[in-house]
Amino acid sequence: MTETVEEAVAPDLVAYPAPETPRGRYLADHEGLMGTLFLAPAVLYIVLLVGIPFFLAIAFSVTDVTVGNTSMDFVGLDNFRRVVTTPQFRRALLNTFFFAVVTQIIVIILANILALIMTRDFPGKWLARFAIILPWATPISLGTIGWLWILDSKFSPIDWVLQQIGLLGPDTLLGPGRHLLYLGREELAMGSVILVHVWRILPLATVILMAGLTSVPQDLLDQAEVDGASFSRIHFQVVLPLILPIMSIALLFGLIFTFSDMVVAFVLTRGGPVYYTQVLPLWAWFKGIDGGSLSEGAAIALFIFPVLLAVAILILRSARRSEVA
Amino acid sequence: MKELKSWPQRIMVYGLLLLFVFFAAAPFLIMLINTFKADQDLYRPQNNPFLYNFPPTLDNLRLLFEGTNYLVFVRNSMIIGVLVVLITLVIAIPAAYSLARLAGRWGERAGIMIFLVYLVPPTLLFIPLFRVVVAVGLNDTIWSLVLVYPSISIPFSTWLLMGFFKSIPRDLEEAAMVDGYSRMMAFFRVVMPLSWSGVIAVIVFTFTLTLHEFVYALTFISSSAQRTISVGVPIELVRGDVFFWQSLLAAAVIVAIPVGIVYNMFLDRLVAGFTMGAVKG
Repeated sequence: MTETVEEAVAPDLVAYPAPETPRGRYLADHEGLMGTLFLAPAVLYIVLLVGIPFFLAIAFSVTDVTVGNTSMDFVGLDNFRRVVTTPQFRRALLNTFFFAVVTQIIVIILANILALIMTRDFPGKWLARFAIILPWATPISLGTIGWLWILDSKFSPIDWVLQQIGLLGPDTLLGPGRHLLYLGREELAMGSVILVHVWRILPLATVILMAGLTSVPQDLLDQAEVDGASFSRIHFQVVLPLILPIMSIALLFGLIFTFSDMVVAFVLTRGGPVYYTQVLPLWAWFKGIDGGSLSEGAAIALFIFPVLLAVAILILRSARRSEVA
Repeated sequence: MKELKSWPQRIMVYGLLLLFVFFAAAPFLIMLINTFKADQDLYRPQNNPFLYNFPPTLDNLRLLFEGTNYLVFVRNSMIIGVLVVLITLVIAIPAAYSLARLAGRWGERAGIMIFLVYLVPPTLLFIPLFRVVVAVGLNDTIWSLVLVYPSISIPFSTWLLMGFFKSIPRDLEEAAMVDGYSRMMAFFRVVMPLSWSGVIAVIVFTFTLTLHEFVYALTFISSSAQRTISVGVPIELVRGDVFFWQSLLAAAVIVAIPVGIVYNMFLDRLVAGFTMGAVKG
């Protein structure tokens, strides 16, 4: 700000490189120190409780450390070799990707529809927004308990409704059993985990997309309408390209949250039936904490890191693109 | 957005909205209904699960508050939440101000780096952190969580506040400093009074984060008296194979509704943080 004033008053001064007054330099030094002091506690906290633990995780994964045995002997890649050969790990790896990707596909379609509706004005909008945001605002371990009841093997309200409309029970389409046993059968259990993830991530994606939609300049839309473009044409050829960077941010956040989550599988199925809904973070917990083999648990958990890194880089890119747009 | 033109269009759009609202709210409605259901009503599969077939009862709530550790979980979560909020504010406010004003050109980059730390999930770090917590003697106490949670809340909060401080014109502080204020005084007298809504957003975000967190709370703590709500309710309120379903669902919905209301009020701020300031909320 001061530079522009100087430029306006005495343009010839600008020709000299950095004509700093002693007082200015003193202030800059002083503020540099202050800046460092202000930033130091945050950096220290992050280094001590994120940075060092991250390298500890790598160190654990190449040793034989357990909960009981604190001595760390180097064992090379033995842990990785051992965990990778188990069917539980392979299933967990596949499931982690499968759940995250399928969830995001469903979420992004539903969120686009819901965000379009929610950017309109209608009576009771506050209440609708409150209801829609609830799954994201509630601790997921508690929200999942509600689903645990809804998907219960004996008392599921869904089963009851299906029975009433004649779809479930003896001599019906979904019968003859009176219950679908959502959490007891492989495909249904996997579907249930995805359902709860969709339920939980949809609000986040929706509110991010709503923010994107409201940032689209109204005169652009008016112009397109004056030109006679149909709603779907305006939406797909004007609006969608504009909100694409923000949509990708919503997508990537959802991907991270689903990919690294163990709560839904823990509360809903504990990885079961058998290990058909096992995911990497939960398997790492079972091995590392429940089973006490810190080294194997650390090795399993590290498998989620490359994906997180890739997604983080993509988020940065989309953020930069949306700044330009 | 334009008004919908025809009635069939309106009915379709609002019908769709109702479906979404029902999908989002259904688990909470079920929780709320079951909170007051008598055993003989709930545990008969042919009963309508959405209605009271027997008179509603307060027995389940009584059991929850008097027969379980629920209130202990609530107290633990409140203590952790308040302390973590305080630690976060004390550390994140100066850091954000430093990145917004004092750090110069690399401030923006450092800010993004700090934000990326927020993306490192607990599921990657819980095993080494368990060791760390044991090493400093905090395992099986709520203090382990008070220590560790700021490592999640500080990055996002710093990022959020940085955006706030940047939106305050530099001239205001510089004018104050010309008037003889030190940088520190200018910060407290000029910048902070303009930043309350950002500070409140950080408080809401941090507090809900401590309520939500599950992985660390499950890993570091094993005795019932130290458990938090998010772990205590799903772990401790299920005894063996016996589910006290109504009390369990009540425990969940009692937390969900107030958190949802508060969260809803500060949603726009948090969204602006998530979209990295690309969209003004």
